[in-house]
Amino acid sequence: MDNLGIIFKRELLSYFATPLAYIFIVIFLIMNGIFTFELGGFYLRGQADLLPFFGFHPWLYLFMVPAIAMTLWADERKTGTIELLLTLPINLRDAVLAKFLAAWVLIGIALMLTFPIWATVNYLGDPDNGVILAAYLGSWFMAGGFLAIGSCMSASTKNSVISFILTVSICFLFVVMGSPILLEAFPAWMPQFLVDAFSAMGFLTHFDSISKGVLDIRDILFFGVFIAAWLVASAVVIEIKKAN
Amino acid sequence: MIEIRNLTKKFGRFTAIDNLSFTVVEGEVLGFLGPNGAGKSTTMKVITGFLSASGGTVIVDGYDISKNPIEVKSLIGYLPEGAPCYGDMTTLEFLKFIARIRGYRGEEIAKRVQHVVDEVELQSVCQQTIETLSKGFRRRVGLAQAIMHDPKVLILDEPTDGLDPNQKHHVRELIKSLARDKIVIISTHILEEVTAVCSRAIIIAEGRIVADGTPAELESRSKYHHAVTVRLTDEYDLAKDLSGLAAVSAVEKDRSEELSYTILAAGNTPIFARVSEIAQSKNWPITEFHVSRGRLEDVFRSVTQAQGGE
Repeated sequence: MDNLGIIFKRELLSYFATPLAYIFIVIFLIMNGIFTFELGGFYLRGQADLLPFFGFHPWLYLFMVPAIAMTLWADERKTGTIELLLTLPINLRDAVLAKFLAAWVLIGIALMLTFPIWATVNYLGDPDNGVILAAYLGSWFMAGGFLAIGSCMSASTKNSVISFILTVSICFLFVVMGSPILLEAFPAWMPQFLVDAFSAMGFLTHFDSISKGVLDIRDILFFGVFIAAWLVASAVVIEIKKAN
Repeated sequence: MIEIRNLTKKFGRFTAIDNLSFTVVEGEVLGFLGPNGAGKSTTMKVITGFLSASGGTVIVDGYDISKNPIEVKSLIGYLPEGAPCYGDMTTLEFLKFIARIRGYRGEEIAKRVQHVVDEVELQSVCQQTIETLSKGFRRRVGLAQAIMHDPKVLILDEPTDGLDPNQKHHVRELIKSLARDKIVIISTHILEEVTAVCSRAIIIAEGRIVADGTPAELESRSKYHHAVTVRLTDEYDLAKDLSGLAAVSAVEKDRSEELSYTILAAGNTPIFARVSEIAQSKNWPITEFHVSRGRLEDVFRSVTQAQGGE
């Protein structure tokens, strides 16, 4: 547990040692602003909630999170520091978890810095802040899901650009899995349970209800299990690929 | 003590290490030699627990690397090939990170870091980020990291690669001073390094041990062992004078130097005294005269090529 904390701290500080963290946060905030106020019609809706804000998060994360995740392991392998890290007296599990958590906390910080939008809606009206808090939490968990996919993809290559593209593609798949457009495209002979299973894996299925303020423990659990599964996969991939 | 038993490592169909067995005890500085691709680095990666073996075992101080990896890793200090470090950290931050991972807490951290900084002379670059450092300094940061916890076993993959002669000398002195109660394994393809620091050398080729002994023992396998090299001021037919001497097998003319000849000894007998006698009685026009202990390079080439290398 000690080692987990030490690696976590090193990772998080290294984001802030380079311009990476600042650029990420600034772009994240600008994009959120554009999505919410311009495309989302925040003012025109005349409703005191943050639906337009959260509604765009899956699409925002689709590009922002892979950008953070792409270097997680790819850089370690490229520079050879993976050999240094994994010959220190630590568990691979701690290393995988620590790196994931550091990046997840960075996204969490960026998410928290969107508070002016929350302040705006409170100034203009009287929103249900419980709903907003739940949506924030859900959004952060969904970002964790994207990030865990990115961790695994990053472990599979030395090239961070490849890692980025792979992550975006797979994340896209999980985002649209639950969307009605895709579900309608299924041929009619497909058994219903398969369609259901498919849609149950979609991020939108779970995030839609969260963003509306329905914080179902099953939705959070879905993202939790999803993250855990992809992190286990990361560890397996690292174990297999570290030799070359 | 490190025991390596029947160690094998395969990558797909390629066998990088083939049934390797050897033991290293405290106080030994083992030089690991071999052509590029012979399996030196792979062996080190398996001993340090970075890669898992396909067969056989590595036991360090009674701990099996496959069963107790954390215990083994705590005993080992390792400098991977190329001395990888986190480039965006400063030297000091990086060493503090390593000290924490190595289990130091509180004031001990600064103390240990100061100790290794002094040991490898990093004072001048403590506040610099590692990516801005020269190759030599980077290597020293890697070395500092490896000796942080005063490890029982020190494994250094090409520790002097890319260093200038002064830095090489310094690193070798450091290795020698550390070696007293430790096990040190270094890989290198600089043969002079082996004679300079190692108490034992293992030459591997194609994943197998082809020679194992003290540097002196290996040198004695060379055909230049006991050979006498003379440099003359004028052309002179040495072979005629030496033809009566059974202990001399041949006279070779040096390819690179004019008027320089090497008199090879037959068998393993010293010929210096006899040759010098003849030289005096026949009044050879000599300016230089010296005896060779044998050339490691020569042994290296003969044992690694016999294995069917390039």
